[in-house]
Amino acid sequence: MEWEIVMGLEVHTELATKTKIFCGCSTEFGAGCNEHVCEICSGMPGTLPKLNEKVLEYAIRTGLATNCEITRHNKFDRKNYFYPDLPKAYQISQLYFPICHDGHLTVKDKDGNDKQIGIHEIHMEEDAGKLIHDDFEECTLVDYNRCGVPLLEIVSEPDFRSAEEVISYLEQLRGILQFTGVSDCKMQEGSLRADVNLSVRPKGQKEFGTRTEMKNLNSFHAIQRAIAYEAERQIELLEDGEKVTQETRRWDDNKGISYAMRSKEDAQDYKYFPEPDLPPLEISEETIERIQNEMPELPAQKKARYINVLGLPEYDTEVLTSDRSYVKLFEETVALGADAKVASNWIMGEVMKLLKDTATLPEDMTLSAKDLAKILEMVGKNTINRGTGKTVLEKVFKEGVDPEAYVKENNLAQITDLSALRPVIEEVIANNEKSVNEYKGGKTQAMGYIMGQAMRALKGKAPAQEVQKLLKEMLDEN
Amino acid sequence: MNFLKMGALEIGRAIREKQASVREVTECFLDAIEKEDSIYHCYNTVCREEALQRADEVQKGIDEGKYTGPLAGVPVGIKDNICTKGVKTTCSSKILENFVPPYNATVVERLLDAGLVFLGKLNMDEFAMGSTTETSATGVTHNPWNLDCVPGGSSGGAAAAVAAELAPITLGSDTGGSIRQPASFCGISGLKPTYGAVSRYGLIAYASSLDQIGPMAKSAEDCAALFSVIEGKDEKDGTSMPNPPFDFAEATKGDVKGKKIGIPEEYIGEGIAPEVKDGILKAAEQFKALGAEVEFFPMPSVKYAIPAYYIIACAEACSNLSRYDGIKYGYKSPEAHDLMSVYVKSRSEGFGMEVKRRIMLGNFVLSSGYYDAYYNKALKAKKIIQDACFKALETYDFLLGPVAPTTALKIGESLSDPLKMYLGDIYTVMINLAGLPSMAIPCGFDAQNMPIGMQLIGKPYKEAEILSAACAYQNVTDFHKKSPKN
Repeated sequence: MEWEIVMGLEVHTELATKTKIFCGCSTEFGAGCNEHVCEICSGMPGTLPKLNEKVLEYAIRTGLATNCEITRHNKFDRKNYFYPDLPKAYQISQLYFPICHDGHLTVKDKDGNDKQIGIHEIHMEEDAGKLIHDDFEECTLVDYNRCGVPLLEIVSEPDFRSAEEVISYLEQLRGILQFTGVSDCKMQEGSLRADVNLSVRPKGQKEFGTRTEMKNLNSFHAIQRAIAYEAERQIELLEDGEKVTQETRRWDDNKGISYAMRSKEDAQDYKYFPEPDLPPLEISEETIERIQNEMPELPAQKKARYINVLGLPEYDTEVLTSDRSYVKLFEETVALGADAKVASNWIMGEVMKLLKDTATLPEDMTLSAKDLAKILEMVGKNTINRGTGKTVLEKVFKEGVDPEAYVKENNLAQITDLSALRPVIEEVIANNEKSVNEYKGGKTQAMGYIMGQAMRALKGKAPAQEVQKLLKEMLDEN
Repeated sequence: MNFLKMGALEIGRAIREKQASVREVTECFLDAIEKEDSIYHCYNTVCREEALQRADEVQKGIDEGKYTGPLAGVPVGIKDNICTKGVKTTCSSKILENFVPPYNATVVERLLDAGLVFLGKLNMDEFAMGSTTETSATGVTHNPWNLDCVPGGSSGGAAAAVAAELAPITLGSDTGGSIRQPASFCGISGLKPTYGAVSRYGLIAYASSLDQIGPMAKSAEDCAALFSVIEGKDEKDGTSMPNPPFDFAEATKGDVKGKKIGIPEEYIGEGIAPEVKDGILKAAEQFKALGAEVEFFPMPSVKYAIPAYYIIACAEACSNLSRYDGIKYGYKSPEAHDLMSVYVKSRSEGFGMEVKRRIMLGNFVLSSGYYDAYYNKALKAKKIIQDACFKALETYDFLLGPVAPTTALKIGESLSDPLKMYLGDIYTVMINLAGLPSMAIPCGFDAQNMPIGMQLIGKPYKEAEILSAACAYQNVTDFHKKSPKN
């Protein structure tokens, strides 16, 4: 039987606000335990939440960028449950009136065709803290730093039919969130987390199968593997005549398997009700219009501009807009005078190679557009050749040296004064008598060897064309 | 000069006019508390050292012109659910018996800015759940008019302290009558402000959509003075509202001439004690004599008030009280050894019966499958009540009625029958659901010489109007001047 996989995504993203959603504590990642905590985010008796307006702004921005309707009359709700990482024992979230609803993104399906994925809703909520188990002391400690960090939960419709669509959607979403400045989307720091709801059904069947929800997916790669694993697991169950249990499963990326965390029967009753501590929020047309007008250029718009204005091939635009850091480097380098296609080639080739070799994330890259533009300028003006350019780029990338100073200090500039070549070539001819004689004897291939020796003697700093011309002249002279 | 007999404004005046020092006044009340509070149990915590030190600081501030307000140097007692930095704030619950807040409630900050001196923290029903102070984990407060009677609640300590002359003025909180009903039972004046008029930041929540902090004192004039200190928008409380500045002079003008007063027929109908009804009708006559018009009108939606109130309040309470889980602060059961037992044992041992009852009730009405039948329906009833109140206030400037169906009950009388206790809230809870301001003032005594209270209900943010009406009444009557200690 042919099976069809049906998936929906719940994406949580931490917002890039400086302060938390309901208090003034910093959201910075990596502080010491409980350093970014006050009486509000630690749930002290009597404290009240106060909405950070930036969160609302970011939520609306995300909604507009994903073609959503914006809810004019907003409310927050309480989701009640006991857990030590949740100091108030309720999470302030939105159930009844989410800020954005009924949007969509266009993704590429398996065959590379456009396909629309519906966005059911986007809502604002607060993150919980983190539990740390101390094996040595046999106890569990709690770090409230993350408590109250603002989150958006972006809930898709069950429109995905392949892992490719899921990845395409996530890449787009990440692009939008990054380009709008809403989130830095660092999966390894948990600022972008995706849960996958998956079910299978015989191809052609209308009803959905029983779904499972998969959590702890920390990279796109893990998502792809987890989808393949879960689809296969469910298909096997059904083909063996068994049933899929509705449950939450946790993906273990090291083992490459998932296991059940809790089934629907233990599902908690969150007893949602309207949050009485926060007044309803009315969002005016003017606010929406203002946010729309201030919207930064999104990846799709950038691609179109790169193709139409800068003349880049579509492939280049895909690669460059896959990360905000590439776009920044590219646009700034071009703004400093570099040719768009040349800059694109270098970023897609050399820069990405260096990132890969040094296992550096694009956002952690220290290479500046100024330095890259300078290298491209030197190569373009033949001050250094392409090979030297790569060497210089590597030095700049890894050690942060100044490219111009580095070229000067290491004497890497091309020899432009041709008279300086003659004595070097003379010496090469003198030292390679055998090959010279072979050449003169009609063995023209010997020329290649002599040329190589000459370039080596010149340390590659002379334009090869000129060297070859001169060498031939001198050989023929003798 | 007997400071204990004086009103807050009188004390403030005496201090400003250098007839008394802040320390003298403070010491006088502290000594009285030390001597007599074992009889009443108004206070959970007395801040003797802090108060004396603060008195000297305030005196210096007054001398240097830093504190110029009418209440500078006046001692004040604070209900034990309002957070005071460095001073235990227990909500009269075992679960918070050792909780010392690291911050001040906004109202406390405003009292500090106005130069008041804190005497201590006042007893209450546990987490403000109750109408008698009998649910307090620290024991009942005794009504100064009759020690066998309850002082009312939940701000029973705050009311009894004023009546027993152990504080000239206090801060209480009112979720369903918790300022007005004890004020009525103890023969003092108390104001429950409009929802949103006073910041709730630092008030340990019972039912967030209904809770309000308000002043309690011997007179409406003193209430007006304390209200003007604490009212106003607070950036820390999103539900506090910017409202027109409170005009103290207007509020204490004492004028009801030409005002229209409506008495809901249901407020003097079935269930009210005849003597209480009589007190209200006499008060109505008094207002007429002062130049107001008084009318009776039907308000059938009153009957929804008690069920709607208990559903909404308990729903919010069960969520608000979930944070007391034995993990971060407060009581943790010594028997608990894993996560589930930390929760179950700490909460089972830390909360009292009435609190547990309301937590269970709240959880029930919010449960999936029951939400629409209870919570949603209660919200609809709340809307009906609000509409009825606003409609009535289009016709009338104020509504007038009793605070409670009876005068103070005997200790132990209602604890065994919670429903009876809940029904006693019939005249007060409706006002919280509608979010309106309401002032309780004494208007007579029953045959046992127990005080009878009336309430004046006003339009949103029109505290000045009901205070002015209360002042008018107190200008020509002396019920508020009676003391159980005369």
